[in-house]
Amino acid sequence: MGLKIVVTVKQVPDTHNLSRDAMKPDGTVNRNALPAIFNPEDLNALEEALKIKETLGATVTAISMGPPKAKDVLKECLYRGADDGILISDRQFAGADTLATSYALKCAVEKIGGFDLILCGRQAIDGDTAQVGPQIAEKLNLNQLTCVSEIIEINDQTVIAKRIVEGGYEIVKSRLPVLITILAGANEPRSPSAKRVMAFKNIDSKVCETSYDEVYVEPDSCDMIGFIKEWNARTIDADPSICGLSGSPTKVKKIEGVVLTTGVAKKVENTQAGIADLVHELIEEHIIG
Amino acid sequence: MRSNKGVMVFIEQNNKQIANVSLELVCEAKRLADQLKVDAEAVVLGYNIHRELAILGKYGCRKVFYTDDKRLSHFTSVPYAKTIVTTIRKYQPQIVLFGATTVGRDVAPRVASALKCGLTADCTQLQIGDHKIKDKTYHNILLQIRPAFGGNIIATIVSPESTPSMATVREGVMKMVEIDPTGTTNIISESCDLADEDFVTEVINVVREGKAVDLKSAKVIVSAGMGAADSEGLELVKALANAFGGVVGSSRPVVDGGLLDHCHQVGQTGVTVRPNLYIACGISGQIQHRAGMEGSKRIIAINSDPDAPIFSIAHYGIVGDVHDVIPKMIKAYKAKT
Repeated sequence: MGLKIVVTVKQVPDTHNLSRDAMKPDGTVNRNALPAIFNPEDLNALEEALKIKETLGATVTAISMGPPKAKDVLKECLYRGADDGILISDRQFAGADTLATSYALKCAVEKIGGFDLILCGRQAIDGDTAQVGPQIAEKLNLNQLTCVSEIIEINDQTVIAKRIVEGGYEIVKSRLPVLITILAGANEPRSPSAKRVMAFKNIDSKVCETSYDEVYVEPDSCDMIGFIKEWNARTIDADPSICGLSGSPTKVKKIEGVVLTTGVAKKVENTQAGIADLVHELIEEHIIG
Repeated sequence: MRSNKGVMVFIEQNNKQIANVSLELVCEAKRLADQLKVDAEAVVLGYNIHRELAILGKYGCRKVFYTDDKRLSHFTSVPYAKTIVTTIRKYQPQIVLFGATTVGRDVAPRVASALKCGLTADCTQLQIGDHKIKDKTYHNILLQIRPAFGGNIIATIVSPESTPSMATVREGVMKMVEIDPTGTTNIISESCDLADEDFVTEVINVVREGKAVDLKSAKVIVSAGMGAADSEGLELVKALANAFGGVVGSSRPVVDGGLLDHCHQVGQTGVTVRPNLYIACGISGQIQHRAGMEGSKRIIAINSDPDAPIFSIAHYGIVGDVHDVIPKMIKAYKAKT
């Protein structure tokens, strides 16, 4: 027997590598100009799951909420060694904040049922909130260990993990089931296996666009397509009133494009003389020295 | 109807010592509470720390709801979240603030989930204002301002239809001012209704290595960005910091890339600093970085891209490669002293 592990993964716009045309003239973000990527720390969470699978034996189910295109990240999970993937997609989920997102994911995890461990990346780079993991745990009445850099020991009853905290770390122990959020430094995520790419790349025939699109479209069916299931709000028995925008207590009041202040730096020539003048000025004004 | 109750701060303590960020947030809570004409309050969990709580009065906190229990001496998620939820339900604050620390970022989402209220992470500014949804105007609610989407936009978030409004704020973002040196606070003991079964995490060991770098009190910070993110570049940044009697800071990508520890990170998701001198070496100047350092008294930017946004907030700009410029600075400094 092995553990049953659920890994939450998210497809995110690559906010760390923005090109200039990613911003519209009115200061809003042109999501369509952004490449969609696998949220980096979710890859670390998947890697931890796969390591446990190799040492202890486990089934690894990757789950993602997003538009149909988010299936890409589930395929990436299959390529690396996940057993199956579940896409949670429905128009009802659009506009969800962390509370509504964690509710939908909680419903999906309940439908999967009988898990021992939920692994999440600590946070997603499009929001950097680190809230969804703890909120799933709360809704499932589950213990949580956040900011974990190492799973030191795990068996079918308990887990011992290292949590990174300010200026140090903690070693903590919890019974299973538990939800753990994984830090970027925890491991070096493996690359897709060529063999698995060959096996899974054609499991569905839908063409995926190349850009990130937040529009949620109802999946065609709830049937299994290869190894990736598609579930909508009905499938997971989610109450529409607490999904998506209507289930989100936080509202965006205002969005402003970042306008740079108009200050102009005093130009210092990149010569030994120019820089020596600057250093001299700093010493004179007792800024340094 | 919104409640007419206080502005509450979750006070974080480690080994009975109150975290700086909690005191900063008490100051901010007091400022917001004054506008709302309510009290600044605190929720504290711990063991045997009555004496340490008196200091909260000096920062303007009038009421402290304190749960004293040996099992709460060290943070664990489930018991802390349950106790905070109980306290919030009992006193119905309209705003609750948490430090965006590993503790605050662990427990605040859990509390928000249980209370089904809004929570905004890593706010850089808090205000009181109005918000209109269709025909209904909500008055005097918390406006939670934060950079979003990788720092390319500034979003103002509100959660008018649920209470309380909750936010986390990084250390150093709000200013700590001892506003009332003789101020006292009223400590109200709360009973702990936790069962042993609630203590689901066993803390086996806690290791505090101490902060390797103290960015907040440094007078000079020399920060490495991606333009200095190779071994030679980082050595030069360290050498310049040493020469100027400063410490090494960093932009986020350098930390994400594993080249420097997170304790070096300046910015929205790192530390907010106000040194006398900040030298940005090969840092482009994304808003989330600038949010953490633009209060510096002098800023020198070194970047090979003349259009880098960092130049718009720098006092001195040097267009050039870090590897070329820093040796010149060190040489000039050694020649002058």
